[in-house]
Amino acid sequence: MEQEKNLILEIENLRVTYETDLETVEAVNGISFQIEKGKTLGLVGETGAGKTTTALSILRLLPETTGRIKSGVIRFEGKDLLSASEEQLRGVRGNRISMVFQDPMSSLNPVYTVGDQIGEAIRLHNAGISPQEVERRVDEILEMVGIMPSRKVEYPHQFSGGMKQRVVIAMALCCEPELLIADEPTTALDVTIQAQVLAMIAQLRKRLGTSMLMITHDLGIVAKTCDDVCVMYAGKLVESGTVEDIFRGERHHPYTEGLFGSIPNLRTKARRLKPILGLMPDPTDLPRGCEFAPRCEKCMEICQTTKPEIYREGTHRLYCHLFDPHILETGGAANGHE
Amino acid sequence: MDMNKNAPLLETRDLKKYFKVGGGTLHAVDSVNIRLYQGETLGVVGESGCGKSTLGRTILKLIEPTSGQILYDGRDITRLGTRAMRPLRREMQIIFQDPYSSIDPRKSVIETIAEYMLIHKAYPSRREIMDRAVELMDLVGLARRYADSYPHELDGGRRQRIGIARALSLQPRFVVCDEPVSALDMSIQAQILNLLMDLQDELELSYMFVTHDLSVVKHISNNIMVMYLGTCVEFASSEELFASPLHPYTKALLAAIPEPDLDSREKGFQLIRGEVSSPINPKPGCRFAGRCEQCVSQCHERTPDYVETAPGHFVACHQVNGR
Amino acid sequence: MATKKSPSGASYVGGGKWKEIWRRFKKNRGAVIGLIMLAVLAAVLLGAPLFVFYEEAITQNMEFMLEKPSAAHIFGNDGYGRDIFARIIYGGRVSVAIAILATICSCLVGSFLGAIAGYFGGVVDSVIMRSLDIFMSVPDILFTMAVVYALGANFVNLIVALTLAYFTNYVRLVRSEVLTLSEQDYVEASRAGGAGGLRIILSHIIPNAIGVIIVNTTLNIAKIIIYESTLSFLGLGMPAPQPEWGQMLSEAREFMRKAPHLMFFPALSIVITACSVNLIGDGLRDALDPHLKS
Repeated sequence: MEQEKNLILEIENLRVTYETDLETVEAVNGISFQIEKGKTLGLVGETGAGKTTTALSILRLLPETTGRIKSGVIRFEGKDLLSASEEQLRGVRGNRISMVFQDPMSSLNPVYTVGDQIGEAIRLHNAGISPQEVERRVDEILEMVGIMPSRKVEYPHQFSGGMKQRVVIAMALCCEPELLIADEPTTALDVTIQAQVLAMIAQLRKRLGTSMLMITHDLGIVAKTCDDVCVMYAGKLVESGTVEDIFRGERHHPYTEGLFGSIPNLRTKARRLKPILGLMPDPTDLPRGCEFAPRCEKCMEICQTTKPEIYREGTHRLYCHLFDPHILETGGAANGHE
Repeated sequence: MDMNKNAPLLETRDLKKYFKVGGGTLHAVDSVNIRLYQGETLGVVGESGCGKSTLGRTILKLIEPTSGQILYDGRDITRLGTRAMRPLRREMQIIFQDPYSSIDPRKSVIETIAEYMLIHKAYPSRREIMDRAVELMDLVGLARRYADSYPHELDGGRRQRIGIARALSLQPRFVVCDEPVSALDMSIQAQILNLLMDLQDELELSYMFVTHDLSVVKHISNNIMVMYLGTCVEFASSEELFASPLHPYTKALLAAIPEPDLDSREKGFQLIRGEVSSPINPKPGCRFAGRCEQCVSQCHERTPDYVETAPGHFVACHQVNGR
Repeated sequence: MATKKSPSGASYVGGGKWKEIWRRFKKNRGAVIGLIMLAVLAAVLLGAPLFVFYEEAITQNMEFMLEKPSAAHIFGNDGYGRDIFARIIYGGRVSVAIAILATICSCLVGSFLGAIAGYFGGVVDSVIMRSLDIFMSVPDILFTMAVVYALGANFVNLIVALTLAYFTNYVRLVRSEVLTLSEQDYVEASRAGGAGGLRIILSHIIPNAIGVIIVNTTLNIAKIIIYESTLSFLGLGMPAPQPEWGQMLSEAREFMRKAPHLMFFPALSIVITACSVNLIGDGLRDALDPHLKS
């Protein structure tokens, strides 16, 4: 393990809340992760885990009236984004960090043609570019994502969902950003189209060397596209590591195990699934101890009163009392765990 | 299960549903033949726009079929009117995809669950109906304290349980499950799938399970039908379909699922080109031909027959059937 | 086969839906104030014979012509020396009754037609909507005048005329609501349970559209009172000696500079009535919406 990695994004102890007069939602509760240059980090979790909030915090796009970044550091290529001015941020957004959302329609304007919109993105980020050059780049980009350049005169509604998403991704990548944040980019698409879009992203990234933060709820997509994985639950990273650690490792956080148990697997024969019981905790009133304790089958006394530390095994990090060296020594037997 | 193969609970013969649209006629469901036996589950799989939801609704007569026959328990129900269908509504039910829009926001949980029983006056008094609704809440695992809650106070999983309780309130024999878990989170999906399977065992329900997710139907189905642009391209038992898929589309669909393990990572993406178009005024020939890698000239000329290649395994493909 | 009755003997002790709505209504201060205002108004109007005589409202006395408010005549006297207070009270009985009844009638007729047109669509929709177009191509006021002329001006006919003038709004409003609502899955779910059209309209569509209908209805009451005054002004209101707020307003016009109190009191009455009804309407809309339960 070399210590000096070439990092594109570092997040340390990020805390984000949404505050209204009535309540405070604790959306992200002290998470830290890093993305190496050229690598893809998968951020996995269910609705309400805080994945999108994390992504929006990076670009400081949280809703102004309610969203508050309470603490933490977000460094992009060594520069702190949280203390950057609005003007400096504008130079980063879309230019050096691009974001793709789940619903492609929300990123496309229905009254402009697809070609105009891609051209607009190119002009914004390349001042003084000639119209002919813009046209050439537009054709090139459409070709790159597998859409006939002749269709650039059409409007978004004439495109299918998969094509729209490809256009949006093309627009996000056309300025060759260093980091692409993809928030559930294929959730709204059919499986065969999803495969096409994911393959396209992989191919483009290879060519441009873009790093990526892939936000998804689908462990299958993580297995296919990511190098590192963070599993998020109730605003915490409960487990993180390389894909090897997560998919082949021996030890796992009970929540990660639960997630794997919940997926209907094409290979296994078992008829019944093993769901995680219960529901996500109320983010306005999180448990005092471990956030997952109320749903955890291996919950111990200490889990209900004290938040666990993060335990490391090489690249693998676990946020769970089960991996406390003291408890590991006694085999957790005293606490009723195997 | 083979004992009751003699008479299917539900059967469709050449069922068609066409819609008039701006550009012509949309063939949403085109000559679909299905058979479903008591206590079994038929999985219907396909991508958006393949007509799978329309098929479910047509079978329940929520949409009038264009032609063909629907037989329920041996009886032709194709031309029954609203009034004549009413007694059958007790036996044939539906669980909807969206647990948000399928429940009236102005009705409390108990009112929603009791609605069907009130329509059919299933029990002599309102009081008994309400008591039964509470029992149904127990059955689907909804805490009784939610009886007077309103849907917006509950999460998706609990709302879907309300939908299930409502569908089961009249003790149906046949339930169309229209993507009942696709709007839910993974851990909740598993809870609901288990619940549906338990209820099936307990109440001898027959399901038609409509979904876009092959891995979900694999768990729950006895037989699976794959649909593409309104037509059935392949039908087989669940094990058979996953072990030896024959139709190129089924293969593509299986290959496109990202599996949550690293062994499949090296394989990369196996792609089929093109997009699902919409079946407006379809030309003769195989509807998958435009995206099919094994396509030959006759695929564009003649619609492939739906042939039984092995016992219980039907495929509509010239390449497979020609061999 | 079927689930047996649970041994625990499940029983639902419940209901309390109206109690819950009332609880939510009470929490809205404006609505409560509106309700109190309307209750006082209703008590005064209904109990009128106990403290003022109808004669005072119609007896002309030129001695007191355009008198300012005084202890004897607390609201003063009008151009014919009639006691304004008595006229407000007895006029209010008629005006408010007509306004409320005409609003309710137009709301019921209009909502029903709109719901049918929207829910069934097709030919039914076309017939209703095209007939409506014919209705609406004639200016309201001409139409109402024609009706009152033909039938004669009295209490019932005024309500009929005003209903005919106002129900068209509801048809359009409710139809468009219904068109959106009947796309919802829960309507299909209800059909899958065997519910017929009427049941779906009454139990799913109207309750979901009720907020919009109520707000419109409460706004309408004030409008109808003014509309009555237009009719009175044209000589098509209630027959002569019977006072009426709208008619009082139009009579007051000629004395606007000399004796503004002639206009002030009927106007104030209309404002108070409209205000209280609007406040109640807002409260009711919120109370009927379970989203705001808490």
